[in-house]
Amino acid sequence: MTTFNSKVPKGPIKDKWTEYKNHIDLVNPANKRNIDIIVVGTGLAGGSAAASLAELGYNVKAFCYQDSPRRAHSIAAQGGINASKNYMGDGDSDYRLFYDTVKGGDYRSREANVYRLAEVSGNIIDQCVAQGVPFARDYGGLLDNRSFGGVLVSRTFYAKGQTGQQLLLGCYSAMNRQIARGKIEMFNRHEMLDVVKVDGKARGIIARDLITGEIERHSAHAVVIATGGYGNVYFLSTNAMGSNATAAWKIHKKGAYFANPCFTQIHPTCIPRSGDYQSKLTLMSESLRNDGRIWVPARLEDAKAIQQGKLKPTEIAEENRDYYLERRYPAFGNLVPRDVASRAAKERCDAGYGVNATGEAVYLDFAAAFQRYGKEQAKIHGIKNPSKEEIIKLGQGIIEEKYGNLFQMYEKIIAENPYETPMMIYPATHYTMGGVWVDYNLMTTVPGLYCIGEANFSDHGANRLGASALMQGLADGYFVLPYTIGDYLSDDIRTGEISTESPEFEAAEKEVKDKIEFFINNEGTHSVDYYHKKLGLVMWNKVGMARNEKHLKEAIKEIQDIREDFWKNVKVTGKNEEFNQELEKAGRVADFLELGELFAKDALNRNESCGGHFREEYVTEDGEALRDDKNYAYVAAWEYTGKPSEAILHKEELEFKDIELKTRSYK
Amino acid sequence: MNLTLKIWRQKDSKTKGQMVEYKVTDISEHMSFLEMMDVLNEQLVAKNEEPVAFDHDCREGICGMCSLHINGEAHGPDRGITTCQLHMRMFHDGETITIEPWRAKAFPVIKDLVVDRTAFERIQQAGGYISVNTSGNTQDANGIPISKHDADKAMDAAACIGCGACVASCKNSSAMLFVGAKVSQFALLPQGKVEATERVLNMVKQMDEEGFGNCTNTGACEVECPKGISLENIARMNREYLSASMKG
Amino acid sequence: MSGFLSSSIARKFAMALSALFLIIFLIIHLTVNLTSVFSEDVFNQLSHFMGTNPLIQFGLQPVLIIGVIFHFVMGFVLEIRNKGARDVKYVNFKGAANSTWMSRNMIYSGLAILAFLVIHFIDFWLPEMNYKYIEGLPADATRYYEELQHKFVPIWRVAAYSVAFVLLALHLLHGFQSAFQSMGFNNKYSSFVKALGKWYSIIIPAGFIFVTLYHHFNH
Repeated sequence: MTTFNSKVPKGPIKDKWTEYKNHIDLVNPANKRNIDIIVVGTGLAGGSAAASLAELGYNVKAFCYQDSPRRAHSIAAQGGINASKNYMGDGDSDYRLFYDTVKGGDYRSREANVYRLAEVSGNIIDQCVAQGVPFARDYGGLLDNRSFGGVLVSRTFYAKGQTGQQLLLGCYSAMNRQIARGKIEMFNRHEMLDVVKVDGKARGIIARDLITGEIERHSAHAVVIATGGYGNVYFLSTNAMGSNATAAWKIHKKGAYFANPCFTQIHPTCIPRSGDYQSKLTLMSESLRNDGRIWVPARLEDAKAIQQGKLKPTEIAEENRDYYLERRYPAFGNLVPRDVASRAAKERCDAGYGVNATGEAVYLDFAAAFQRYGKEQAKIHGIKNPSKEEIIKLGQGIIEEKYGNLFQMYEKIIAENPYETPMMIYPATHYTMGGVWVDYNLMTTVPGLYCIGEANFSDHGANRLGASALMQGLADGYFVLPYTIGDYLSDDIRTGEISTESPEFEAAEKEVKDKIEFFINNEGTHSVDYYHKKLGLVMWNKVGMARNEKHLKEAIKEIQDIREDFWKNVKVTGKNEEFNQELEKAGRVADFLELGELFAKDALNRNESCGGHFREEYVTEDGEALRDDKNYAYVAAWEYTGKPSEAILHKEELEFKDIELKTRSYK
Repeated sequence: MNLTLKIWRQKDSKTKGQMVEYKVTDISEHMSFLEMMDVLNEQLVAKNEEPVAFDHDCREGICGMCSLHINGEAHGPDRGITTCQLHMRMFHDGETITIEPWRAKAFPVIKDLVVDRTAFERIQQAGGYISVNTSGNTQDANGIPISKHDADKAMDAAACIGCGACVASCKNSSAMLFVGAKVSQFALLPQGKVEATERVLNMVKQMDEEGFGNCTNTGACEVECPKGISLENIARMNREYLSASMKG
Repeated sequence: MSGFLSSSIARKFAMALSALFLIIFLIIHLTVNLTSVFSEDVFNQLSHFMGTNPLIQFGLQPVLIIGVIFHFVMGFVLEIRNKGARDVKYVNFKGAANSTWMSRNMIYSGLAILAFLVIHFIDFWLPEMNYKYIEGLPADATRYYEELQHKFVPIWRVAAYSVAFVLLALHLLHGFQSAFQSMGFNNKYSSFVKALGKWYSIIIPAGFIFVTLYHHFNH
């Protein structure tokens, strides 16, 4: 029953979505009451989908592993959300947002999906404001915007440095309204461990109650996966500790194709690693690049002195600093897209110019911004002949207003005052553009099984622009899925309740229980984290920011070895019938160990450099990524056949009718 | 650093718990507190003992999942942070650190240091929302101008991460800072005015039913709150409630 | 307690209202007391007026007594509920790190004041009631000052009163501004209220102590 057809509607790109909505089948309100939908994951995509579907009248069962939907990792998004409102009057439009996103994604996303995303982006802001999301405003009471990397307009709406949190709370409040009405049944501290297919269609899930360990069967007419990305395959990432790929991987093993796993975003502005004990990396919002200037010492001897702690950054004269982004990309400067900024930082650090003890950090300096804002403020407040100190103080005030919480966060972690000394940053795994393959309807290759938000692959191509993840999550959940799922469910109005007493549920449950039993009873020697860290190291060193054929081949072999060892020697304490965090981790790491291999395999297959995927063999003369549109302008969708190494590649050719395929240039 | 840890161990919600002593060695001052806990748990797993269960997720101070009462204070001795942002440089070599779960009748222990905070969710379900459907044709976002002052205040209230430190540090286990923040966020915005009366009455009713104590304005919550939520929000809730009571 | 007074916020509000009422009463009480320092006659006249005016005797006095009883009973009810809201206690609870001693110990300062009130009633109010309504002795507008002086001869009473007033000061140091916060008063004038509360909490009990000591040493 597997279908592999993107189902993009015909017609001009501007009309596709409207035409599509005009012609789909609808489910009448009385029938919606008889239809159940399972939503797994309650971040921006899952939360908004659950709320909207419940508003429409479907019975929604929502699942999250956290103790509340509002803790999903969407909450950690800092900078903002894009929308083509053109409130700033700087020439923005749906087309321009569409164009920027496709270009930013290095021409590896599906045009029709991205256009739709741009089209509904404005609605998201309207919706969120109506829900009471406290976006930043100017003194006239209207919404404020800022600009983000890779674009030439200001279209990013924000709520301090906590935009993701505010949007998620908005989403959660919409969910709460439906939970109170009984239209959403909420399962907190539950983890989906498998999907159940009946007659080829997704009809339910097997979930574990994380408090009691009980294995539960839940049925529905359709299942929506909104469980986020797989960045934790690197062990160290900006993801939450619990972020995992289990739901996505389990559906992949049941027939959903997995697309472009090698497209992973390494975010340029994270707090550098400090030691082996490190459990996660903390992101500093990209919005900092609006005002911060990135540099390393221009002279190698200065860099060495800094690494040994003999020199302070403030002691290096202006002419001895290398603002390498401004130097290499004068048009976009510090606001180049994330993949470009990350690689440039790695290039400088690899050349020995890193600025902390590990040599893996660059400076993000706000001194110029203090000056600029300080002078402006002095003028506004009518201060004549302000002293240097006065100017800096005024400027710091503005920066504090804009990024105060980020500066505070930095100081707490590093124990250095970023108002006095430049911040240190380094790239870290952040977002995964790849994910479960979906068609225009956001349905996977399994009928009735949908995948939305970061968990799917569709909108960001090979690189995601800043402030677009929140946009995509909410677009999918609020404005796309509620239409597309209705079209599918209109065939299900006579199906009636799905029984959980079928052989299919029986079999899926047994498989889950057997695996848990194995973990509990395996008398191994190494903890789950031991394997996770090992996997992470291989991924970072050989499938990280820069990849090559030799390393990728080694990585595949090494991951296979780690996996084999894992299944022999992993140790899980405790038992199933209790709150058991080791057991939770074991299942997740088992899936990462398979996904990691497919990831490397995909990276090996893609003989080009594009977006977050950088192959050292494919570069231009001046070291920029070299895309191969002739051979690789396709989505690599992998079909599971029993082992990651034997996955079958299906190609969805990408057509660019509305945008000319060009070499991305930010110079 | 070498440290002695006294940690609350409790098998499940029905079993009685007790403090158990552990030693950890070679702790770097740059570690976060939870990374120190990871080290302890690795040790325990290596010895085939059950690791200490504790809630944590984002480890960057925003999800509100981490929840430890360290040396007698919610989120430990530092200010304006969550436990995951607490670093070991706040402690000294040889120190004995007590680690307990949040304590409140409304937050029963699930295991070890993990507590059930769903009481907070039920309070929000009682009215912490604006009744607006997803339609795509709500009013244009700039159709409702909101003064920067009010928007900023609403944002300050909305910054609450619902971790429960306010309840944990209150001698009365009162949840009024949390509920005050949630009520305030909506009370400050024109969108929230329509349902303001019902909202505050229902949320306070639910808060009382959950068994939280009453606020006596000690201000401990405000001091311990990782997001600096102000007592002003409790006062605002009180005002909203009293005027709603008169209307309702 | 049903209806309005069953909710936590309404109880807070009621506590605050009764507190403000008692705060105002303390000012009046101290004012009358202070006259004793300056003029025996004025004090006697005022006391006589207070003791015989029907509006005060049968209107305000019962209200005051109800106010006092309400404040205490509600205080106990809330304390018991609040204690019950934490069934398992912390092994280590560092209240001093985030709140003042006064704010955490209102129940103890309150209990001490209650104990004082019992003594105070036995000392002044009961004899007064006995004089006027039980024995039905003839009104004497000049007896008050003498009775007052007489009471403060024993040093133990002076000491007990002084200790009670110190605890009253501690109670007020938190209670004054807390009452405003409970009633929803938190705005740009709050710092003024806090300062006012501090001065009030020191001056009023100090005034009472002064009167006590004055009569002990000047009879």
